[in-house]
Amino acid sequence: MSAREAIFARLRHQLAAGSSEQDRRETASARIAGHAANLIPARAQIDHGAQVKLFIDQAEAVQATVKTLASHDDVPDEVTAYLRKHNLPQAIRHGTDAQLSGLDWHGRAPSLTVSHGPADPHDEASLSHAVAGVAETGTLILTSGPDNPTTLNFLPENHIVVVRAADITGTYEDVWQTIRATYGERQMPRTVNMITGPSRTGDIEQRIELGAHGPRRLHIIIIEN
Amino acid sequence: MVTVHSTSPHFKANARRALGDEQLQRALTNVPGGFIAKRQHAKDKLPEFDALRDEARDLKNHTLAHLDVYLEEYEARVIASGGHVHWCETPDEACRTVIDICKAHDARTVTKGKSMVTEEIHLNAAMQAAGIQPVETDLGEYIIQLRGETPSHIIAPAVHLNKDQIEADFRATHTHLPADRQLEEGAQLVNEARQILRQKYIDADVGITGANFLVAETGTSIIVTNEGNGDLTQSLPKAHIVMATIEKIVPTLEDASTILRLLGRNGTGQEFTSYTTFSTGPRRADDPDGPDEYHVVILDNGRTGMIGSDFQDMLRCIRCGACLNHCPVYQAVGGHAYGWVYPGPMGSVLTPSLIGVDQAGHLPNASTFCGRCEEVCPMRIPLPKMMRHWREREFERHLSPVTVRYGIGAWAFMAKRPKLYRLATGIAARLLKLWAGKTGRLEALAGAGGWTRHRDLPAPQGPTFMAQWKRRRP
Repeated sequence: MSAREAIFARLRHQLAAGSSEQDRRETASARIAGHAANLIPARAQIDHGAQVKLFIDQAEAVQATVKTLASHDDVPDEVTAYLRKHNLPQAIRHGTDAQLSGLDWHGRAPSLTVSHGPADPHDEASLSHAVAGVAETGTLILTSGPDNPTTLNFLPENHIVVVRAADITGTYEDVWQTIRATYGERQMPRTVNMITGPSRTGDIEQRIELGAHGPRRLHIIIIEN
Repeated sequence: MVTVHSTSPHFKANARRALGDEQLQRALTNVPGGFIAKRQHAKDKLPEFDALRDEARDLKNHTLAHLDVYLEEYEARVIASGGHVHWCETPDEACRTVIDICKAHDARTVTKGKSMVTEEIHLNAAMQAAGIQPVETDLGEYIIQLRGETPSHIIAPAVHLNKDQIEADFRATHTHLPADRQLEEGAQLVNEARQILRQKYIDADVGITGANFLVAETGTSIIVTNEGNGDLTQSLPKAHIVMATIEKIVPTLEDASTILRLLGRNGTGQEFTSYTTFSTGPRRADDPDGPDEYHVVILDNGRTGMIGSDFQDMLRCIRCGACLNHCPVYQAVGGHAYGWVYPGPMGSVLTPSLIGVDQAGHLPNASTFCGRCEEVCPMRIPLPKMMRHWREREFERHLSPVTVRYGIGAWAFMAKRPKLYRLATGIAARLLKLWAGKTGRLEALAGAGGWTRHRDLPAPQGPTFMAQWKRRRP
């Protein structure tokens, strides 16, 4: 008997006292198909304007910085200004995301070197587009793929993330509904990253230090329109 | 249960040594100061916290009652997304499985995110014996790997160490760096580890992470972290191995979300950790990064035997560490004294299940039954009740020392004869009060040396409770 068979045989033997295998199967399938939400905290069940404000407050509470821009067109200026403010080289890398690739990088930020693709170990700053922001904890949602390669979220020391105000929502459950609508039932992108503030560790005497292995800084750009 | 390296049978000697270890005692002062206040703050900010605990308990009970079918659903989704699932009954099988995957990739070095299950199976030793170098990348795990130690806490593996000890370890190990560099501050130590480990991520052939949850709905594994090391570990190498156990499963993404609302708050006191990562299968056709192969190794190691037993509730545990942080015994002796992988109250229940009560019988006794562990458990696991079950089994199997058996026997004899019991306790209370005299305290008492060696025993102040109760009743 294989290990798999042995494990399942023991489980079925122990679980038989509770209900039949057929009943178990039907109950489990129904729960998965229904994917009903459990209790949702009241905190984020507020109007959209208040959700955006809560998102900003929560992100700033965990040491992310937040800038709100009127439109995508101003992103290159903001990236340039941010890099200058932190004395970083004028260079940024992003994926093939249409909202980022379509920007007038050359016209608005002529001194900036823009490269594309997954992160290179020498990159100091990266730019991603989040599919959503979750107000309840100031959490960004990024999905993997050529548009926004996952390594951009972790390898460079400075991560700039653009999110549309319209994509900021109350809870994690809202995000799962969006992902099911995009990818289909029971489907997920290879990686979904929930990012809440920059990298940190408390492993030395339980005191928090930022920038353990992932980005030291997380800068969020919210696009109003 | 063949590869058990445990010092749990020597808990008493371990604890005595820990109490006398000045460095350890200094480091342990960080536990109540940090974790307890932060957890309370996070809990207070979420009015639904206790209601979420009820839901989390119920949904995990439901999952365990349907565990076979949820595991099958999960497995089918992993395979459908291009991943592989490996089932293992024992630690040895799990180690062999991981090593075989590493060998298939000609792996020389393997990076590892934090995983208590890999500690449980002693994976690092097995890999080294097979000529593969494991590199721990979580800062705490990296530090203890340098020292050749095991984690002393399930979420803060190096909590038993002070900054100056870590500085000394870094100076002794990172000898290629200038000897006169500044390394006194926590930030400097974090930076140095960051620089050293960066190249390791890039060089690694395989990355191993644990899993906080496995989602049956989508075949997804979830890791909950703060440093970002787990993400670098799993996204840069050619293969990603997830090391998990059968009880990590949750039905849906919504169910995972409910428990995620509890995990960070209850563990580190964070509303949400920096990184919560959902991984489903290997890199897709158009993905520019991510692993080419995705393997999930699912270990049993005695857990199926807990289903339907007095200890099934323990399988709800999400490894937040709060029961360790709030335990007066853990706070006093630290994690290593417990002698195996899982310390504190959750370890005192789990360890006898996994390595046997004959090995770990002391652990369920290392509790004052103050009940704080159950009070703070996000999954409402009745830890004291289960420790009591273990004490009963230890007693039934004649594993407890003869003095304990004799003492319990004598107490039982008296307790079954209330009149005699009240007479004897009444006399004893009066005698002790007389003996203590004006101070009201006893500095020494035959049979209570273990207590009076470190503190005085308060003497009874008057008649027994029963006598007083009788008098007060109208």
